[in-house]
Amino acid sequence: MHPAPPPVIRFDNLTLGYERHPAVHHLSGEIATGALVAVIGPNGAGKSTLLKGVAGELRPIGGHVELAALPRGGLAYMPQRSEIDPGFPVSVFDVVAMGLWRELGAFGGLNRQQRQRVREALAAVGMEGFESRPIGSLSGGQLQRTRFARLILQDAPLILLDEPFAAIDSRTVEDLIRLILGWHAEGRTILTVVHDFDQVRRHFPTCLLLAREPVAFGPTPQVLTDTLLARARRLSEAFDDHAPECHRADLATPGEPDDHTPARADVVPLHGHRHPHGQGHGGHRH
Amino acid sequence: MYDLLVSPFTDFAFMRRALAGCLALALGATPVGAFLMLRRMSLMGDAMSHAILPGAALGYLAFGLSLGAMTVGGIVAGLVVVLAAGVVTRASILKEDASLAAFYLLSLAAGVMIVSLRGRNLDLLHVLFGSVLALDDGSLLLIGGIATLTLFALALLFRPLALECFDPAFLRGVSRWSPVAHYGFLMLVVLNLVSGFHALGTLMAVGIMILPSAAARLWAHELPALLGLAVVFAAASGVAGLLLSFHADVPAGPAIVLACGFVYFASLLAAPGGLLAGRLPVRHHLES
Repeated sequence: MHPAPPPVIRFDNLTLGYERHPAVHHLSGEIATGALVAVIGPNGAGKSTLLKGVAGELRPIGGHVELAALPRGGLAYMPQRSEIDPGFPVSVFDVVAMGLWRELGAFGGLNRQQRQRVREALAAVGMEGFESRPIGSLSGGQLQRTRFARLILQDAPLILLDEPFAAIDSRTVEDLIRLILGWHAEGRTILTVVHDFDQVRRHFPTCLLLAREPVAFGPTPQVLTDTLLARARRLSEAFDDHAPECHRADLATPGEPDDHTPARADVVPLHGHRHPHGQGHGGHRH
Repeated sequence: MYDLLVSPFTDFAFMRRALAGCLALALGATPVGAFLMLRRMSLMGDAMSHAILPGAALGYLAFGLSLGAMTVGGIVAGLVVVLAAGVVTRASILKEDASLAAFYLLSLAAGVMIVSLRGRNLDLLHVLFGSVLALDDGSLLLIGGIATLTLFALALLFRPLALECFDPAFLRGVSRWSPVAHYGFLMLVVLNLVSGFHALGTLMAVGIMILPSAAARLWAHELPALLGLAVVFAAASGVAGLLLSFHADVPAGPAIVLACGFVYFASLLAAPGGLLAGRLPVRHHLES
């Protein structure tokens, strides 16, 4: 094995869902430190659920998510449907300054240098001059830029973005992708739910293709193939109220015969732990 | 002019007491009401004020018109409802309004029934509409104490509470303050409702919390300005309501709330966030 940086996230036969219905089940694998991963898949494939699970907003039904030791606030999670109340009387500056929570806590005040960093973050997302605007007066794209400015100040080593480009104009998307690539270059680990395969091909080195279960996980060119995408579309079905219980859990543990574990059948190695098309169980976890 | 505005307070001790009570309420209860409004819980305040009634009524039933018993009863009943509703909201798919709505009607019915079991109509009126013109030392100390406590607590909770209103998911992500802010705030609401209940009664207590805040929201774009303006509105309404009650010989509680309502409607008409602002013809818009 070539030396790889230690994983920042490890999924161990993870199952997440709602009321016993799995939204994503039997996911095993590792996200290496510094990876830039696009989480893709059809609607209802469990992409948002997976991010929620990693962020700790949702308790797993089965299995584990293990996060490497992160400082408190070291995980920044940007949900798709923001709970931000646009009617709240607060300025853009104050919203972005919330990103400094890890430094300020509940009581600390902003010093001159921190104010400067807030302004720099706003400039980095192309929002200079908006400091004193009420948050409710922003357009959708401007609000998204503001949320990214806050992310900049959060300075988190692990960043989860749930569909950050949904309903955003293309110029804003380009700017935001440039920011994300900058974070990648700084060695942060980033998981992003993306729908546009062109963007994924162009910018994201690694892909996790979900369809309720992991279909493929690895270098983008090997994941974004017609066969695998068609397979993902087939797999993703509606919840069945009378679905039988799933007993794959017992079989999916490392070392079990792979013909019983279609969940991992097509898993592509992320950094050489496993081999494509399912012969790789022997290479897992030495 | 002096006779109209000042001498009622200089000549009569009960008016001075009422004034002190109203100012304390404006300082304590109104900022809490502003956060209630920002959390979209304006009507919830109403529901909770009714949830307090059976507790106060039970205290009244057991000990008569006693300040301590009614206060403790009201606080206990309010906290029980708030904690139950909070647990239901956080642990089930029911939203907070749904888990409180049924309770509020039941509590009001139970409270009125308990009061009428023993009391006369006058007592019922006292509970429903308060007695700001007859505040004794104990009540005044209670109202002042709760206002002081509220100001300290709001100062401590200010940032987490503002974030909990504005972007709760973010607060949960960066800190463990979310439940502290949530339940701490609900306790402040109960305390201030009990305090308002002594002065203005259960039906009117929410008025001085929500109306000035709603009026201030129409003017202010930032939270500190909103809170300050709401306090000023509430204090001014308190003074105006007391004077109206004194000169026109009408009940003080409703007069104060109506004064708040007057500020609210005036703001609706005049403020930049109000009704007219968007409808007046614009002669020249700005360049950018």
